[in-house]
This record gives sequence, C-alpha cells and structure tokens, in this order.
Amino acid sequence: MNAKSAHRANVGLFVTCLVDLYRPTVGFAAVKLLLNAGCTVEVPQSQTCCGQPAYNSGDRADTKAIARNTIAAFEDFDYVVAPSGSCAGMLKHHYPRLFEGDADWELRAKSLAAKTHELVSFLTDIAGVTEVDAALQGSVTYHDSCSGLRELKIKEQPRRLLGTVDGLSLKELPTAETCCGFGGTFCIKYADVSVEMVSRKAEDIRATEADLLLAGDMGCLLNMAGRLKREGSEIQVRHVAEVLAGMTDRPAIGETEQV
Amino acid sequence: MQSEALNFKNAARGAIADPNLRQALSNLETGFVAARSRAAAGLDEFEAMRDAAVDLKNHILANLDFYLARFEERVVAQGGTVHFCATAEEARQTILGLCKDYGAKTVTKGKSMVAEEIALNPFLEANGVEPIETDLGEYIIQLAEEPPSHIIGPAVHKTKDQVSDLFHEHHGKYGKTERLTEPEDLVNEAREILRQKYFDADVGITGANFLIAETGSTIIVTNEGNGDLTQMLTPAHVVISSIDKVVPTLEDVSTILRVLARSATGQEMSAYTTLSTGPKRENDLDGPGGFHVVLLDNGRSDLLGTEKQDMLRCIRCGACMNHCPVYLAVGGHTYGWVYPGPIGAALDPHFLGIEEAHHLPNASTFCGRCQEVCPMRIPLPSIMRHWREEAFEKKISAKSERYGVKTWAFFARRPKLYRLATRIAMRLMGRAGSVRGGRFESLPLASGWTRGRDMPAPEGRTFMDRWTAGER
Repeated sequence: MNAKSAHRANVGLFVTCLVDLYRPTVGFAAVKLLLNAGCTVEVPQSQTCCGQPAYNSGDRADTKAIARNTIAAFEDFDYVVAPSGSCAGMLKHHYPRLFEGDADWELRAKSLAAKTHELVSFLTDIAGVTEVDAALQGSVTYHDSCSGLRELKIKEQPRRLLGTVDGLSLKELPTAETCCGFGGTFCIKYADVSVEMVSRKAEDIRATEADLLLAGDMGCLLNMAGRLKREGSEIQVRHVAEVLAGMTDRPAIGETEQV
Repeated sequence: MQSEALNFKNAARGAIADPNLRQALSNLETGFVAARSRAAAGLDEFEAMRDAAVDLKNHILANLDFYLARFEERVVAQGGTVHFCATAEEARQTILGLCKDYGAKTVTKGKSMVAEEIALNPFLEANGVEPIETDLGEYIIQLAEEPPSHIIGPAVHKTKDQVSDLFHEHHGKYGKTERLTEPEDLVNEAREILRQKYFDADVGITGANFLIAETGSTIIVTNEGNGDLTQMLTPAHVVISSIDKVVPTLEDVSTILRVLARSATGQEMSAYTTLSTGPKRENDLDGPGGFHVVLLDNGRSDLLGTEKQDMLRCIRCGACMNHCPVYLAVGGHTYGWVYPGPIGAALDPHFLGIEEAHHLPNASTFCGRCQEVCPMRIPLPSIMRHWREEAFEKKISAKSERYGVKTWAFFARRPKLYRLATRIAMRLMGRAGSVRGGRFESLPLASGWTRGRDMPAPEGRTFMDRWTAGER
C-alpha cells in the first residue's frame, strides 16, 4: 500500500445490497481479507444500494438521490471497497457521469470514484496482497462478471490469488467472458431470454467438470446457482471472496447444511 | 418494413424454441467471433487504428455539411447526380422515378441496409418494377420472403438444409430439379441463375459503404463480386446510401477499411472493394450509362449534437451483434425492424419512436461486449440507457416495472427504513428457505425468475444486522 503506507488504510466497505440481504458471509469474508491485508475496515450504516436497479431502468432522479446518499456515506475514507465489480463500476464510472455539469456533486462523485475499488483487485493492485491463507481441496471454474471484466479490467487478479489457495485447481471456462444473462432487472423483464442465456452458461459450466463455480458478483452467482440447482447439478456456487478468506464452511449458494 | 418491435417478447420466445435458428446462430458465434479475435490479435496497431477511425468519424460528423457538399460537387463533375432525400418516402419516389426514366422492368440489387430501411423492394414491386437481389444471402431471403436478420449476413438465420429446400422449391422453373446439399453446388446454382439476370436488368442498384468527398466515388465492400456485375452491366447505376457514409479522402477510407473487415468477418480485407466514380466515359470499355447517388437523411441529422450522435459513427460491420449474447439467443428477426442487435437497439427507436421500439434498448444486460468490439467504439450501452430514460420519463414501460422500481427506490433512499424492512424480510425469507433446501422453486412475486431457475434463499439475518450486533 505504497501511497498510504504511513498509516493503515482506512477502508469503507460498500457491502452491496445483494451481499447484505442474500449472502452476509461474503461481507464477513471481505472484512477478513481487508484486515489481513493490513487495512482498518468500517461499515457506514447509511449505505443501501448503489442505485443500479433505478439507473438501468431509466429512473435518473431516484438514481441521483441514491448516489448522493452513497457519496456522502463514504467521503471520509481512504478507500471504498465493494465485493462486486458491478457496484464498484457504478460508483467508479457512472456516478461521475450522472452528475456531469453539477459543479458540487460532480467533484464529490469524481473524488469518490478515484478511491473506489472492487475487492479482489483492491487486494492485489492496491494493497499488494500476493497470497492468501486458505485451503480448498477441489477444482474450481471462474466466471468473469461483465462489469468487473469490461469496466474495471478484472481478469487475472482473482486467478492470481486463487492460485495461492492450498489444494485448489482451476479449470478454465471457455465462455468465461460471456454474460450469464442476469442483467439486473433484465432477468425478470426478459425472463425467457435470460433463462436461455443462463442455460447455455450452465451447460458450459457443467462441461468443465469443476467442483465449484466462483465469480465476484452476487447477481451473476444467484442466477447461475439458480439455474444449476434447477438442473439438479451438484456444482457448488460461491463468491470468490469466501474461498480466498477460507470461509467455505457455510453452505454454498442455494444450499442448506448437509444433514 | 413494417415494425414488429413491440412484439419482442413473444418473438423471443418463439426464436428460443426454434432448433434451426439455434443451430444457425451457433455457427455465427463460433465463426465470426473467433475470426474477429484472431484478426484483432494479428494486427499490432489494431487498437490504434480503431482510435484513428473514431477520430476521423468524429471530425466528419462535425463537418458533415462541408464533406457532403464536396462529395456532390465531385459527383457532378464526373457526370453523375446526387439526390438528397430527407425522408424514406422521398428516397423511394426518387428511385422509382429513376427506374421509370430508364424504362426499367427489372433491377438487379446489391446488398443495402438503407434499401431495407426505406422498404424499397415491396415499393418497386407494387409499382411494376421487379427487384432481383444478387447478394447470395439477400437472394435466399428474397426467395423465403423474409427480411434480413443480420446486417452483413442477411440469411445467417438459415441452416444449409433450409437453403437446400428453398432452392429446390424455387429453382425447378429454371430446370434445376435436383435437391443440392453441398454449399458449393448451391452457390453455383444460384450464380448460374443470377448470371442471366445481370444482363437482363435495366438498372443496377447498390448500397455504399463509403462516399469519398475528394473523388465523388462510392465504395462497396463485398465477398461475392455481385456488386460489380450489378452496377457495370446496366444502363444506369443507382446508389442508395445515407449521409453519414461520407469520408473525406481515399487515404482516410483506407484507415476505416482496415478495421471494417477485421471487425466484421475477421478478414484483413473483404474480397472485393469496388469504387464507382461516375458513369461510363467516352473511351471506357464498360460501365453504366447513368450514375445516380440517392442520399438519405431520414432523421440522421437530428442526431447531430445530441448524446446519441456517436451512433452515426457506425460502419455497419455487425461485430456488435456477432458478440451479443441476447442477439445470439434470439436472432435478428426478434428485434422486429431493419437493424437488429445492439446497434439496432440504439438506432431503431430513433426511426420508429421509443413507444414502438422501447423493448429493444431494454432487452440488454449491459454486458458491454458490443462496445468492447465496436471498431468505432460507439458507447452502445450508454445510448440504450438514454433510450431507457426517455421511455421511463414518458411512462412507456409496463406500469408494474415502473411501480416496482419506484417502490424499491423509496426504501433505498431512506437508509433507516430500508434497514428495518430488509431485516424483517430477509429473516422471513431465510427461515422459509432453510426448510426448502436453501432455495425456492417458485416465488409468486418473481415468477419470471423461477420459471426457469430456482431462487437461492438468503442466509437469513442481513449483514448489517449481524455487523451492528457486533459479529466480526
């Protein structure tokens, strides 16, 4: 952590709504990874969601209100870190655009954008983490979520850290860069198209014969897990942070404790 | 063509259930996508060429009037004529007028998306002029009486078997009674039948990929050479194109040509790059007797200076649709109008109105792959989002959708209320999910989701709830 090495970097964790509501484990995994990387972590209580459901539905007014709330909640931190490429991309690229021409808020949005990072790329690129203390006996395949891949250029960072997990082997998914069909409200509004897309994805995932499917975004994970479970697949689905933090004792997404 | 864009959802359902379409589209995915990737990797300066092409197009759009005037001047100097047409109707009437001037009974046609945009073929037919498509793909869909489903591969939705059937059905009248199955035999049969039509035609109509301001030339790129025969053997060559296709110089167009074919088919260059400059001159051995360029605006100039202007950089390579997971799932016809895929989702609402075309910019996951491969770096997702905002403001989208977003946003704007509501809801859902194996097979409020997927259940207590309680 070159620039901030004089003191421990104070990270504001942007939990993201899906992690907060659906999979708190990912939030605790993120906290653990950040603490291990030498950061201090705070979780501002006034955060809710990044606003993408409104933004991508064309509801600009609500998006701006939600964005102002997020900006105000995270202004005092050295870094803002989110366990999602999609939400981090929203803060980093779309908030400044949203306030173009608004002298005060554009500046505040840009300043927030400059210190916002997705979790795994923050660990490798900013915090200088080169290995993790975790073990997992089995093979995993990895889906590159669209926003992380294309807006934030996250590709080899998760693979680099997964390579340091004891016992883990990576089986690459040939269509790792193809959208899974989640798309936020798209998956409900155009359900037939979305199901077709995720079915093709599930077919490719199964063909890797990996034991686990990992990705860095809850939306994609819920979608792919939902389809795999519907097809009766045994493949476990987890957020990459759970594996990197060694927190795989919890049931996988869409599963309960084995009796 | 009559818009079917409002029927997107039903059309998508039908398309997904069509095994022939799925097979045809999978060829597109493995063929063009892999080829484009190899071509991009094979040219060190590919990204730099893209940047140069973008800069060039932006410069042209900022000086469009100047270059169009220059183009016209040069066409006239070569003995040709430019017909500026503000609307589709004006363009149709102009072309029909030209056909009448040359006494045309049949016209041969090269591939042109602008001709599709103005629905030229049915109009000519209704007025006693028979159009004959000479591009193989266009010829196939003309026989099938279908619109194109892809801007560079109009019949990409057809399997080889379907083409065999189609030729077998339609070529009997030429004495071709055998049902052919080899691609090469099919191509040869079509070629043989089309050959005579070139000689019989009175007017040849082609599109234009580019209009060169410094020379007054029009350029088409093809892989079949049909364009050359279409325009050289007839008494008149009529070019139908649009105002956004003008490029200052031949040097400039070479920059764009280098990214065009690589992005489209993965070729370094298309097999034919045909330049047409004026009618046949006194000492020329061949060439058309007349040279007319019909230039359509059709609302394009309204885009200048708006946040949607970037669409006018499009060079119609088709890379956005080849790489679009939605297009590859539903095919081009599902979009219901001339331009399918991501560029269609951006363009069609401008031509049809957002009321008619609102599904198209909404039916995208914003995965961003189109923008990633677009040689002209058109920010397609951003343009689609602009359309969504317009649709939302005009209250065009379904009431239930708008109500859902508004309700959710009401909570998301109020952190304390949001926290309380989500804490209660997730506890209930978590408890319900834990007795159902950690997932729901059906949920009344999310039936779109659960029709084809399980809904993983939440863990129970929210992260915020547990964090506040001191858990670490």
